Amino acid sequence: MSRIVRGIDEASIEKTLGIYRIIDEEGNIVGDEPNLDGSTLYKLYEYMVRARVLDEWLLKLQRLGKVAIHAPNLGQEAIVGAVTPLKPDDWVFPSYRDLGVYLVRGMDEEEILDRALYNQDDPLKGSDFAIYGNRRFNMVPTPVPVGNQIPHAVGVAYAMKYLDRDSVTMVMFGDGATSRGDFHAGLNFAGVYRVPVIFVCENNQWAISVPFDRQTRSPSIAFRGLVYGIESIRVDGNDVLAMYKIASEAVEKARKEKEPYLIEMLTYRLGSHTTADDPSKYRSEEEVNRMMKYEPLKRYRNYLIFKGVLTDSEANELYRRYYNYIEDIAKKVLNKGGLPHDVFFHNVFEKLPWNLQDQLREFRESLELMKSLGLEVD
Amino acid sequence: MPQINMVEALNMALREEMERDDRVVVLGEDIGRRGGVFLVTDGLIDLFGEERVIDTPLTELGIIGFSIGLALYGLRPVAEIQFIDFVYEAFDQIYSNMARIRFRSGGMYNVPLVLRSPCCGGIKGGMHHSQSPESLFIHTTGLYVMMPSGPYDAKGLLKTAIRLNDPVIFLEPKSIYRVIKEEVPEDDYTIELGKGKIVREGGDITLVTWGAMVHISKQAADIVKEKLGVEVEIIDLRTLYPYDKDLIIDSLEKTGRMLIVHEAPKTLGLGSELSAYIVEEHVDLLYGPILRVTGYDTPFPLAHEKLYMPNIARIYNAISKLMEY
Ligand SMILES: Cc1ncc(C[n+]2csc(CCOP(=O)(O)OP(=O)(O)O)c2C)c(N)n1
Ligand SMILES: [Mg+2]
Repeated sequence: MSRIVRGIDEASIEKTLGIYRIIDEEGNIVGDEPNLDGSTLYKLYEYMVRARVLDEWLLKLQRLGKVAIHAPNLGQEAIVGAVTPLKPDDWVFPSYRDLGVYLVRGMDEEEILDRALYNQDDPLKGSDFAIYGNRRFNMVPTPVPVGNQIPHAVGVAYAMKYLDRDSVTMVMFGDGATSRGDFHAGLNFAGVYRVPVIFVCENNQWAISVPFDRQTRSPSIAFRGLVYGIESIRVDGNDVLAMYKIASEAVEKARKEKEPYLIEMLTYRLGSHTTADDPSKYRSEEEVNRMMKYEPLKRYRNYLIFKGVLTDSEANELYRRYYNYIEDIAKKVLNKGGLPHDVFFHNVFEKLPWNLQDQLREFRESLELMKSLGLEVD
Repeated sequence: MPQINMVEALNMALREEMERDDRVVVLGEDIGRRGGVFLVTDGLIDLFGEERVIDTPLTELGIIGFSIGLALYGLRPVAEIQFIDFVYEAFDQIYSNMARIRFRSGGMYNVPLVLRSPCCGGIKGGMHHSQSPESLFIHTTGLYVMMPSGPYDAKGLLKTAIRLNDPVIFLEPKSIYRVIKEEVPEDDYTIELGKGKIVREGGDITLVTWGAMVHISKQAADIVKEKLGVEVEIIDLRTLYPYDKDLIIDSLEKTGRMLIVHEAPKTLGLGSELSAYIVEEHVDLLYGPILRVTGYDTPFPLAHEKLYMPNIARIYNAISKLMEY
């Protein structure tokens, strides 16, 4: 017996329970390839390599005590496929584990390292850690309370529709974030108002120590999108081609029909939650080793070699080039000075109210006093 | 007696209370296998099992709303909010229910729920891992609020909190989780609600503070003694609501000068209330103004957190000003 409820038919349920893929973990073609030229195929690979090398460098700088904390990206680099179809005027609300997103939007390695070190050039001026964003790229800095950005994205999409813009909004968040009220309110509003927003849930199967099956009893995140009246699909999130193809369709649909869309990116967090975490307390190394073979770069590299877009030595050379490139940038940013001492008084409001003016004056006096007492002003 | 840190003392308090009363359950994000991100609940899941040491989905609203239900039915939940900065999704539940159910029901129902959470700055945690929102809870009305400054008090206060029949917000200054070690007895002891403690005696100035600021204040007091010859008496409030007015008044009778030190922003920090109360009821005890050294009225920054937080220089400065009276 098949029933259709408000556009929810068996086919749309199937899409939320299957795993859409184009290449398998060896790089074999198992689905419909998108029609992409060699340079686009190569670009996707290049962004993933850049994200991986940058991730390695951030970890290295953290170990050296230069970066306070970092959330490893290893295994989730195929997120670049989701953002590549967007235009510069589209808006993005990234999560905190999204180096590939920041790079695709146009942020470069130097800006990312300036941010991680919160030095004098930090675009976010030392506000908070492990978050990235820049108005220049229509990318709003991530709120640290997970999921807060989800309803923001829906509001932006509504405003785009209201102002008759040709733009769409994309928002990233983790599987853990789908338990928060922000997720449910955001999806509900999007379903009710029919706005051009694309939800991308990076389901890496862990929220710190809580595995996905303890986060929800829903069979998938995509399934939950569907019940809010949003077209939803679960995608092999380690297959960058599948991510790219589905995101292109979602973006196009959002742009033309002003309809929301949810993509569940099924992936796996191969690293620790952050550099402050110790995963050996809650998950086995055996599981991680088993999941390693599904990681996104190797399979795509095989695919590109098969397609004649890339050779093995070119791939190695690309990695080496970015590794050296970031090494140079790291040297440069480590030599930059810090932010001004009074930086946190600014950007609370457009103009300082009298209380903050008074407090700023007192603050400056206290710096002088520290010096006279022989105390270190950091 | 072994010297242990605050994390270990809190863990001991939870274990002892769970052994004493099987209605005590703990819940929160990552508190089971992971033992909490700061390991306060480490090992409890092995001792008491998954039904009493409950790893929850990632929703603070869920954790607190659900805990209220547990408490209504007679359990004694101790809910962990991973960082107090993430509590705001639950604020509706806290403000409108946790703090109001006794009143709403004319005293028929009560909510013996302890919300414990790491708070405050000093670990380079940035805006959302560093804030000191104690005033929000005090101003809620209907909540007891506590903040220990060391392992011994942490254990005794948490036990008191768990045994109270009303809701408690129990804030743990994470910067001193591991740096201070004290002798903590393995026996059952509690610390009375609403009782502060004099942690340094002196006859010139009454310095009222709590949490990690107790330790900064002690350092400042030593320098002030050396450089200015001034003797500072330091009161660690321990319970922030209801605070220990008698201890403050007794001290002021001796000193006549009052300084308040807290990390929370200045405007409507607990310092505002302490100052207003003393001026209203005991202005005759004062030689001059009451001064405050506090966080500034800005979000807690990642950059230069040491300059944002009350530091020795600012406390020193305030003390020299007070000594002009
Ligand atoms: C509201 C809130 N509660 C708790 C935290 C602490 N915390 C940071 S990340 C995280 C897990 C997030 O998991 P998920 O959404 O799956 O994202 P992932 O880290 O796996 O990318 C938690 C509990 C937080 N940042 N915000
Ligand atoms: Mg996750």
